[in-house]
Amino acid sequence: MALPIFSPVDDPGPDFTSLLRRSGLPAMPPADGALSVAHATTVVALRFAEGVVMAGDRRATEGYSIAHRAMDKVFPADRWSAVAIAGAAGPAVEMVRLFQVQLEHYEKVEGVSLSLEGKANQLAQMVREHLPMAMQGLAVVPLFAGYDLRRGVGRIYTYDVTGGHYEEADFQATGSGGRDARTTIKLGFREGLGRNEAIELAIEALYEAADEDAGTGGPDLVRGIYPLVAVVDAEGFAAVTESEVADRFLNLIERRRAERGRESGRGEPA
Amino acid sequence: MSMPFYVAPEQVMKDRAEYAQKGIARGRSLIATTYDEGVLIVAENHSHTLHKISEIYDRVAFGGVGRYNEYDQLRVAGVRHADTKGYAFSREDVKARALANLYAQYLHNVFTHEMKPLEVEILVAELSEGEGPDQLYHVAYEGTITDEERFAVLGGDAETISERVEQSFQEGWDLPTALAAAVRALGGPERTLDPTELEVAVLSRRNGRRAFRRIDDGELAELLSSVPPPAAAAAEDEDPGS
Repeated sequence: MALPIFSPVDDPGPDFTSLLRRSGLPAMPPADGALSVAHATTVVALRFAEGVVMAGDRRATEGYSIAHRAMDKVFPADRWSAVAIAGAAGPAVEMVRLFQVQLEHYEKVEGVSLSLEGKANQLAQMVREHLPMAMQGLAVVPLFAGYDLRRGVGRIYTYDVTGGHYEEADFQATGSGGRDARTTIKLGFREGLGRNEAIELAIEALYEAADEDAGTGGPDLVRGIYPLVAVVDAEGFAAVTESEVADRFLNLIERRRAERGRESGRGEPA
Repeated sequence: MSMPFYVAPEQVMKDRAEYAQKGIARGRSLIATTYDEGVLIVAENHSHTLHKISEIYDRVAFGGVGRYNEYDQLRVAGVRHADTKGYAFSREDVKARALANLYAQYLHNVFTHEMKPLEVEILVAELSEGEGPDQLYHVAYEGTITDEERFAVLGGDAETISERVEQSFQEGWDLPTALAAAVRALGGPERTLDPTELEVAVLSRRNGRRAFRRIDDGELAELLSSVPPPAAAAAEDEDPGS
């Protein structure tokens, strides 16, 4: 590898994607119209008083069979933001990798981080560039959330396959189970939730989504695989520990079981 | 037709070296030293925004002295090299040695082929993985590369400052001690440098994946005040004997 020095007129600046192009490396793997790709998901993001919570299930499917049981769909984008993915797994993970490098690259070259808005726009450009592959059925639809250091609030952005991006007021969910997850959060959401309440709500949303959607995995008690939950607040990105997520799921299941017990108990003749 | 004057190649090289040395000597110096948790880099720099020390990659840091625009171009090239390499291969494959060699080749090329040599000296520091010692690569304006495991001094007054660091250097010293010694060595016997006149950063094993961290003026003042001046320390050492 040669030392990448450019003349001032064709310097790529802090943009990592155009640096890759100038160095002759493809920024994203070219589409080969793969016949079967891993798909389907539920990822959610919701705001709480001090930041945002983001969570995603772990299942990847190929048609009607399960491709992976323990896939990560929630990633730190940089210290203050997180990105979750839904859609074709291969290009989605690759997009996240490129996005992570881009944010760090910008920070190192320029000496300051991008604003949260700037990061959201950057991701939108990547989704837009991916449109030709989306047209072939390999869509990638990310969900982006982070802590805005300048305003001191958590913010959430959603995307469509064309690279359109929209800031959400309170919460959003995407993927095949997104609708069910969204409804659950809608019913439980209120302004100024605490950290634990927000995590609880995200977990409940994923549980309901897995209950209704074949493409979404629920908690796997046998293998000990649980959805990933992350919190981004003034302290930065932090993944919620697996044991905490497991405990919350077990509590939720216990509650549901008790409710069912009461219901069937009521139905029985005295 | 006029004939160009013949100038001996030895003379050309000598003139260029002198030119580069003069340029570097005008700037202020930089010290890098290993300490118990990693690598400490201290530079005399009166600007808060035009950095001499920067992050290149997870375990690699950059230091430059001399002409700002020239070493900053090399810094950006280093970040690009590292990020491209890490993206194409893996994060573990990004090594300081490869980058230091590229800098050396580039500086050598410019020195021999261009009209004007670059008036810079470059430091590439790397935090080792596991047991091996941390590495400090010092690349001079003409492309000479040396590697150090204890400390490196870059800049015009390098020899005098090196001697001062040599006198106080201890293997595996802690951050405040190393920092205080480096600041004293940079200032010399006549001057005491203020935190606002310094730029300090560390590559520390404690910082997780991205080991690079800048130490701001407040923290710097705190660290410096936690170490007694050498005269007082010497007096303390003698005390128990009396």
